[in-house]
Amino acid sequence: MISKKELALLVLILVVGAVTFAINPRFLSAVNIGNMANLVGLFGIFALGVGLVIISGGIELSVGSMFAILGVIFLDLFANLGLPWPLALAAAVGLGLTLGLIHGLLVTKAGLQPFVVTLCGLLIYRGAARFYTSDATMGFGYGVDDAFLRWLVADRSFGVPHTFIAFVIIAAAMAVLLHGSVYGRHLYAVGKNEEAARYSGIRTGRVTTLAYVICGGLAGLTSVFIVFYTNSVSPSSHGNFYELYAIAAAVLGGCSLRGGEGSVIGIMLGVVLLQVLQNLVNLLGIPSSLNFAVMGSVILLGVLADQEITRRRKRALAQAGALAARGGK
Amino acid sequence: MTLLSMDDIGKTYPGVTALDGVSFALEPGEVVGLIGENGAGKSTLMKVLGGVVAPSRGQIVVDGRAHSALSVRQSQAAGIAFVHQELNLFENLDVAANIFVGRELRKGMMLDRAAMRAEAARHLAPLGVGYGPDTLVELLSIAERQMLEIAKALSMRARVIIMDEPTSSLSLAETDRLLAVIRKLRAQGVAIIYISHRLSEVRDIADRVVCLRDGRLAGHLARADITQDAMVRLMIGRDLAQLYTPPKAAPGDPVLHLTGLTTPAFPDRSVDLTLKRGEILGLAGLIGAGRTSLAQALFGIAPALAGDVRLDGTEVAIRAPSDAIGLGLYLVPEDRKRSALVLDMTIRENVSLADVARFARRGWVRRGAEGAVAERELRRLKIKAPGIETPVVTLSGGNQQKVVLAKWLSMRPRLIVFDEPTRGIDVGAKAEIYALMRGLADEGVGILMISSDLEEVLGVSDRIAVMHEGRVTGTLDRPRFSEAAVMQLAVGLTEKGAAA
Repeated sequence: MISKKELALLVLILVVGAVTFAINPRFLSAVNIGNMANLVGLFGIFALGVGLVIISGGIELSVGSMFAILGVIFLDLFANLGLPWPLALAAAVGLGLTLGLIHGLLVTKAGLQPFVVTLCGLLIYRGAARFYTSDATMGFGYGVDDAFLRWLVADRSFGVPHTFIAFVIIAAAMAVLLHGSVYGRHLYAVGKNEEAARYSGIRTGRVTTLAYVICGGLAGLTSVFIVFYTNSVSPSSHGNFYELYAIAAAVLGGCSLRGGEGSVIGIMLGVVLLQVLQNLVNLLGIPSSLNFAVMGSVILLGVLADQEITRRRKRALAQAGALAARGGK
Repeated sequence: MTLLSMDDIGKTYPGVTALDGVSFALEPGEVVGLIGENGAGKSTLMKVLGGVVAPSRGQIVVDGRAHSALSVRQSQAAGIAFVHQELNLFENLDVAANIFVGRELRKGMMLDRAAMRAEAARHLAPLGVGYGPDTLVELLSIAERQMLEIAKALSMRARVIIMDEPTSSLSLAETDRLLAVIRKLRAQGVAIIYISHRLSEVRDIADRVVCLRDGRLAGHLARADITQDAMVRLMIGRDLAQLYTPPKAAPGDPVLHLTGLTTPAFPDRSVDLTLKRGEILGLAGLIGAGRTSLAQALFGIAPALAGDVRLDGTEVAIRAPSDAIGLGLYLVPEDRKRSALVLDMTIRENVSLADVARFARRGWVRRGAEGAVAERELRRLKIKAPGIETPVVTLSGGNQQKVVLAKWLSMRPRLIVFDEPTRGIDVGAKAEIYALMRGLADEGVGILMISSDLEEVLGVSDRIAVMHEGRVTGTLDRPRFSEAAVMQLAVGLTEKGAAA
């Protein structure tokens, strides 16, 4: 099931890709496709989490800083303290889940605005990460590594990056959760009309909190992927702005910041489009300083087009409704 | 001298005729009651007058000049003002700022606050309101806000004020005050178009009644001919049978029994109440008497602070809506768009909103089973919609309310609390909702109906309990039903006091 909106996004991706390919045929080279898939995987996993929070009617701004703090903690546990990698990995994911839980409880129990809670998270985690390493860059250290873990999170099978495979698996699980499960239905209801959800006996606090928890967990997982991608963590810049990539992808993919709207397919396509645009900037020799400007412009145009489509659909819907009402009399 | 007239107005949307040859004229200083079922074309006609909708044919004559359509500006310049059903005020600004919003008085580049305050006070004074120009609008009650809208209209030198369901959220006392203000305006030569479903008010206030039906003029009534029966006949084109249907069997054991129930709204008062099987118990009272708080306590939205709730004789504890739902105790809330429906979702999704889990196997919702139940309720409640995949937002008020009912009826109710069940619903759909309530009561479901509409309370209930400031001041059996009896209890005179 793919909506017209998502189909339009797919067409846009194909058009941008075709244009890029026409100007620079390296766009479709195996190396380039592989690199893009790797980045789609890296950015896609946590974008799904952020998308979930956005559908609940909230926002999550702190994932970029989470990558820094969870990255240095993971490296410290694994490289400096010599903890076995499954434990270090579990610690990163577990901490991510915990931070998500704290955000969720602050939003639902303390009644704080999601923007404020996660903005504070963004500042706190970034500062904590810099303090943790005294602002120094942390790396694996000489000879410290684990071949299996590195293969698992940073290698490829049959040319397909494992990050991308992980992304597809998580997206499939997320699609089931969002579009087929009881939880998914409740999440959309809470996102669209929390009061009606509450009056229908839905435990709205739990539904919302769980969205932040899942988002935190996916951010924890991603933090490990990113450490193996960059091989070191500079806490002042590691993961900077990544939360905005995720929000941008979700919005491009049809999530409304008012909540209650969006789909897994949409978010996936949003992530792909962002990466294709990045790639376009690189391959077409556009100064990389314009990177953000290109992204911003495309999102703006996308949202404008979406607005127009929605308006037309609403009009058609209203007419259909009026017709039905009269037909029934 | 005719103030304005609309001649042979027609409005068609693609595939829909909203207005068809409606003519309407207004004299200075008259109150015209505009009635008709929802969808009859009242709002469209008024939007034509307000310059929001351009008619497809016909003309509008204002001050002797004919227009094929008015612009919003022309309409305002002609002195036509609206007091809206959904009030359009800025809660974060004060009264004076709201009166002058968009046309602020200024001194050079700066606001002339003193002048605005003085001018605002001048227009508020004759309305007899208890607030001044500096009061923050968020502190005002709905009735006070309405008076503010009227003051705003007067400050714009309104000659015609259009009021769309002005009393739907007002208590009886507030309604009386509004009607008094309307009479005063009439005496000053202001013409009022009064749109309301509350026919008793229309009877009290209107000099003339105009009725629309299916976009056409259904008829006029002159002052002497205005009776509720005549109005209902015009609206639905037939005689509405008596509202009241007696129950099939005599009332049985108590379904719900409350002793000493204290709600957060009135922490130092308590409610005792008994609802018997098979009866419809009406809960009357003024706005703010604690009826909605009682409903919210029963449903776990704002749990009771103290007291004993017995359902079929068993004591139950309700701390959250999920507790109430687990017991089969359901609430049809006052504001269905806000509290009962997810408007963008389909009928199917709204019907299953409270227990999707029932249709799930291992966490996965089976849409077939879910759809079958929605289908069944759609047919049973005669919901007028193309199908179960129709978004609820496109339905009329009456059909939306039926979707709310479908949600609960699909879940074996034991007791349903209806809070203002027919607010903003047209006459035909009202009758259907009453019939449904009676059917449920006959099946043994307890029905507690909160209503501020006296006609409804007196016409539908088997017994009426009246609340005043957080407690029940008395209950009336059918033989003792009268507007006066309910009103006396509602203003706090107990049965003893009333007798004395």
